[in-house]
Amino acid sequence: MANRYSIFSLLKESLRGHRGWAPAWRDPEPKPAYDFIVVGGGGHGLATAYYLAKNHNARNVAVLEKGYIGGGNVGRNTTIVRSNYLMPGNIPFYELSMKLWEGLEQDLNYNAMISQRGVLNLFHNDSQRDACVRRGNAMHLHGVDGELLNREQVRKLLPMADFDNARFPIMGGLMQRRGGTVRHDAVAWGFARAADSLGVDIIQNCEVTGIRQDDNGVTGVETTRGFIGSRRIGMACAGNTSRVASLAGLRLPIESHLLQAFVSEGLKPLVPCVVTFGAGHFYISQSDKGGLVFGGNLDGYNSYAQRGNLPLVEEVCEEGVALFPCLSRVRMLRSWGGIMDMSMDGSPIIDRTAVDGLYLNAGWCYGGFKATPASGWCFAHLLATDQPHEVARAYRLDRFATGRLIDENGSGAHPNRH
Amino acid sequence: MRIPCPHCGPRTHEEFTYYGDATVRRPSATGPDAEAAFYDYVYTRDNPCGLHRELWFHQGGCHEWLVVERDTRNHDIKGAVPARSVFSADDAT
Ligand SMILES: Cc1cc2nc3c(=O)[nH]c(=O)nc-3n(C[C@H](O)[C@H](O)[C@H](O)COP(=O)(O)OP(=O)(O)OC[C@H]3O[C@@H](n4cnc5c(N)ncnc54)[C@H](O)[C@@H]3O)c2cc1C
Ligand SMILES: [Zn+2]
Repeated sequence: MANRYSIFSLLKESLRGHRGWAPAWRDPEPKPAYDFIVVGGGGHGLATAYYLAKNHNARNVAVLEKGYIGGGNVGRNTTIVRSNYLMPGNIPFYELSMKLWEGLEQDLNYNAMISQRGVLNLFHNDSQRDACVRRGNAMHLHGVDGELLNREQVRKLLPMADFDNARFPIMGGLMQRRGGTVRHDAVAWGFARAADSLGVDIIQNCEVTGIRQDDNGVTGVETTRGFIGSRRIGMACAGNTSRVASLAGLRLPIESHLLQAFVSEGLKPLVPCVVTFGAGHFYISQSDKGGLVFGGNLDGYNSYAQRGNLPLVEEVCEEGVALFPCLSRVRMLRSWGGIMDMSMDGSPIIDRTAVDGLYLNAGWCYGGFKATPASGWCFAHLLATDQPHEVARAYRLDRFATGRLIDENGSGAHPNRH
Repeated sequence: MRIPCPHCGPRTHEEFTYYGDATVRRPSATGPDAEAAFYDYVYTRDNPCGLHRELWFHQGGCHEWLVVERDTRNHDIKGAVPARSVFSADDAT
């Protein structure tokens, strides 16, 4: 049965009434024990399992997912990938991720609709321009592409944007042409299928409810499908990180916050790249079906509810219309929310914990989708070797205690402001 | 979400500024474990899935700091009291 996709398999299956497609991954019963357990079947957990098998030859790996694959943030984000970071601890990591995205579809043999359409950060005053120049220079120093566009270059790209806005005139933008969008579900499915075919057990509807330890560290996890043993356990639970870590007695520098996103009805081509509005917090891109995909700030208060409130909807729409006045009569089709693991400095954590054999991958805030391949790559490296990967060395859990924060926004220990 | 301000009545949460977990307390700067205590105070949080006691400032109203009890699973608000009543009660104990 077919689970590799091509024009030929598609033609063959259409003649057979599409009855020959096989599930893309198995649905195994959990074994009593594994060499490695990854808790959380989001993008990061699946990528971790895949790279454990592929890069480190691990053949006895399980991913435990409390719901279904793709039900978490990996299927809720606005699909933007980029590596236009400022801080030295961040740039090499996100650039590794960008490079992995560039080869991912070949590697996984899966069409993730990776579209390097460019990510454009607009600026609206002199100090924002300076900040963009500084960021662009930092990127160049690390070999990352970045281009400063002037007003006329931006106008060519975005003729419908409001250039004459008296308060927030568009002066130009910082463009990363290699950035863009990726179909998020396909990333989850592609990693799941590839991990499965290397022998990884993907176990859905399996919630971790306890973490067992002895004098030498972790020994396994209690789950809704029974106890599963392992001496190497990686947590990649995004918005639920604090809850899962608390099962091992850990209290983390993380708060869970709510982020909403929106899709409009399908329109003719309007926005050729990803655009961020510098005067507020608003970003927009256009899907291949023509729908505008956009979002803005966090709702701003701790939340585990995957739905938001109306004031933020209003704020996001106001910003959208401020940037593109022509949007005022566009109809919104859908909105949804996801729960973000907001760290206290806005940057992630990929590290050991105080419990031997228990590892942490968290703090992705609202930017973790773009990190998916590199996060899996580096977390697999940490799980397999007990050593941090070179580009993830700065993502230490103890950096908050030692003062080595990676605060891109300079907004301090306020998770709702990163 | 409407926050029942004890002075102004139920008001939309847009009028308020959020300031996070209301259960953390500034530790003594001279205690023997001050460094560790400050790390916890500034950075670590229980981050509960369920009832959360949190600070909101009624910026668009009476300018009172409130301690609001809210369920983070469904945004259901159980009540709100002036923060000073909570904090002065803490100081008394
Ligand atoms: C609206 C929105 C827009 C976003 N936009 C972008 C964007 O444009 N670009 C970008 O880079 N990032 C974006 N993000 C952030 C990004 O989606 C996340 O940072 C990233 O997906 C988190 O990693 P993940 O995929 O592993 O998370 P998830 O998919 O949430 O995976 C975590 C998994 O852990 C499981 N889990 C939790 N507890 C347990 C347990 N006890 N036992 C077993 N399993 C458990 C959950 O069910 C879940 O499936 C956005 C997020 C949202 C919500
Ligand atoms: Zn009031």
